[in-house]
Amino acid sequence: MIRALLSLTLWLGLSSALAAAEPEAVRTFGPDQPAREITLRTTTDVNILAPAIEAFLDTQPGLAIRFEQWGSNDLYDISEADCASGKPGADLVISSGVQHVVKLVNDNCAATWVSPETTALPKDLRWRDQVWGISREPAVMIYNRALVPPEDVPRTRFDLVDLLRPAQSPYTGKVATYDIADSGLGFLFAFLDSQEASTFGALTEAFARSGAVATCCSAEIIDGVAGGRYLIAYNILGSYAAQAARDNPDLGIIAPADYTLVLSRAAYLPGREPNPTAAKLLDFLLSPAGQRALAETKLIDPITRDGGGSDSDETLALQRLIALGPALLVATDTMKTARFLERWRDIFAQ
Amino acid sequence: MSDGALPRETGLSATRSLTARLVTGLSGLMIVGGLILALAAFAYGRAAARDAFDRLLVGAANDIAASISIRDGAPVVDLPVSAFELLALAPDDRIAYQVSGPKGAVLTGYEDLPRPDTTAQDSELYDARFKGEPARYIRVTRRFAERQFSGTVEVIVGQTLRARTQLALSITRNALGGLAVGGIAMLAFAIIIVHSALRPLERLAHRISERDPQDLTPIRAAVPREVDVMVQATNGFMGRLDRQFATMKSLISDTAHQLRTPVAALRAQSDLAAEEDDPARRDQIVAKMHSGTVRLSRLLDQMLSRALVIHRADSARRERVDLRNIALDIFEEGDHATLAPGSEIRLEIAEAEVPVLADELSLSEAAKNLLGNALSHGEAPVTIGAELRVGRARLWVRDAGPGPTPELRARLGERFAPGHSDTRRRGASSGLGLAIAQSVAETYGGTLEMDSDAAGFTIAITLPQAEETT
Repeated sequence: MIRALLSLTLWLGLSSALAAAEPEAVRTFGPDQPAREITLRTTTDVNILAPAIEAFLDTQPGLAIRFEQWGSNDLYDISEADCASGKPGADLVISSGVQHVVKLVNDNCAATWVSPETTALPKDLRWRDQVWGISREPAVMIYNRALVPPEDVPRTRFDLVDLLRPAQSPYTGKVATYDIADSGLGFLFAFLDSQEASTFGALTEAFARSGAVATCCSAEIIDGVAGGRYLIAYNILGSYAAQAARDNPDLGIIAPADYTLVLSRAAYLPGREPNPTAAKLLDFLLSPAGQRALAETKLIDPITRDGGGSDSDETLALQRLIALGPALLVATDTMKTARFLERWRDIFAQ
Repeated sequence: MSDGALPRETGLSATRSLTARLVTGLSGLMIVGGLILALAAFAYGRAAARDAFDRLLVGAANDIAASISIRDGAPVVDLPVSAFELLALAPDDRIAYQVSGPKGAVLTGYEDLPRPDTTAQDSELYDARFKGEPARYIRVTRRFAERQFSGTVEVIVGQTLRARTQLALSITRNALGGLAVGGIAMLAFAIIIVHSALRPLERLAHRISERDPQDLTPIRAAVPREVDVMVQATNGFMGRLDRQFATMKSLISDTAHQLRTPVAALRAQSDLAAEEDDPARRDQIVAKMHSGTVRLSRLLDQMLSRALVIHRADSARRERVDLRNIALDIFEEGDHATLAPGSEIRLEIAEAEVPVLADELSLSEAAKNLLGNALSHGEAPVTIGAELRVGRARLWVRDAGPGPTPELRARLGERFAPGHSDTRRRGASSGLGLAIAQSVAETYGGTLEMDSDAAGFTIAITLPQAEETT
């Protein structure tokens, strides 16, 4: 632990020049006197990835993994700086801001890796053999079962729009979603929604009129819904919601029935050459054992619908897997994002 | 021999089979052709891939250019996802893009992208690098002339080359695959064709091998034109063999007939001599025997000479010969002195060359025989000469006698007939000598001419005059 703290201070000292960007949390897995150590940077919560990492370390004696948890925008900034300097600070990066990872790969910041595990992935979940999707997490709506009557529970985005339409709607000011300026993931979900022009226009208009709240962080929003401060939250990452729903039966989860975005967190190996141990970790996460470990913490989650069983054929058809590919570059375009954020701020400033 | 192959009797081993030659040749051709085609296919594939993916670039760049609008006096880009989806048709290639306003101020996209060398055209494709990889770029210019904004906005879109290279390689591979299949089919067909084309040759070989050893008649077989040349040559060769056989046969039988009578006479005389007690009469018989053997020896000489002439007629090379030299040589050799001692011979040759195309030895033999005849049967003086007369070259012998009887002259064209009354009387040699001269003259395209006048009898070998050589 002392060693970890030392390395943390050392690291903080080195990176102090970098706009004070620093990890939200750092933890080292593995033995205290490791023979080897690799660094994993991720936007994922430590607790959620811990089972998978421990399962991997069981197969790798003498290996320690330094786990850094980052905000998605900060992670992008530091990864970009690493790429520009040519000295990667991490051996494996896993981010929910998949558009950022695609941009980094497009900038030639990623090493190439081919293994049976990576080639077994569907085409949408790998690009150039440099970025791979390791999880399957739906973007869901959550609500408070105690406070939202069953007949009000929205099944689709249109239901949500209808719910917010009346002037004296009880949901005014009680609907929350990510603040997309702060959250790379929230931005991506909103951006992909915006490509469904008609739905998104109606939705933002409804949000604007009903004084919806844009705020930070999955945990805060989920707690808010559970605690009754919000009644409904939109575009919440299903894995976190499902995790929270285990402890709080009042938390209802809906995968929108019009379409459900499914995020696959993007992993890439920074630098020119892959770190073989980091590549092994990647292969493990993609292997059946790793996928089981990820499923334990809902990172791989069959879309669940509140109340009823899921009709698998139908749900599969409604899933929109976010493909890792160059089309995501649009979501990183400075002018496009600036204008999108501007529009978003206009909506929520009202 | 069980497989029916012909026994190989010559010491020559057969050279490589035509099929092997054809297969080797065709394989070589196909390898060289294949290499050239591979290069051509790759060049074509690259061009095709370049064209195809350049269209994606053009489409994407125009798409982006169309998304530029003027808001509050400044150009604004609403980057279309469709442009990137279009570019993603090259699935593994990285994408570079940039939109820049007046004075090169970058509005959005990558800051430092390579620009084309010239800026003349509104749309230009060029090659450059993108972050460590070769790439293909397009620059598209859009001009605005609005109240709020007037100027140009440039769109640059680039893409790395993986998909292009893959497409070019796969086009090349497909072309080579087709070529390989076609090549193997061609080889197979070629082998079949060679086999069927060579079948007439095999049939011919079988027919020849099945022939009777004595059978030298021409081969009659329906064969392709190319093989017919060979059959004709073989037939010509066999014809020559056949003629030579026939000549040999007649020579041998002639010789036997010619020799039987003088040898029988010699034997009878030797018997007489053995039984004769009177030395005077025995001497007489011995003298007869001597003259008999001299005649026999002359006869043998002539027969050999005839065999020689006949042999050379088919085999000796024709050379330019001056008939004066032949006459001169015979005159100077003086062989006639032994034949007719004390006889007088004159030489009468022209000033100019008397050229013919013939075999010198044969002509010399013929002339010697004519001279011998004149010495034996004609009357002195005997003259030998050579001259040109109205375009014909003549080698002639003249004596002062009346020449042979008309009936003998009439028979000169016939083949020498053994046992003929006249030959027996005058000695076989004269008829044989004339036959030799006759056949030599005919061999070299001439005639044997005889002429009697007051001065005597002239016999001449008349040949066409050889053309001037340069």
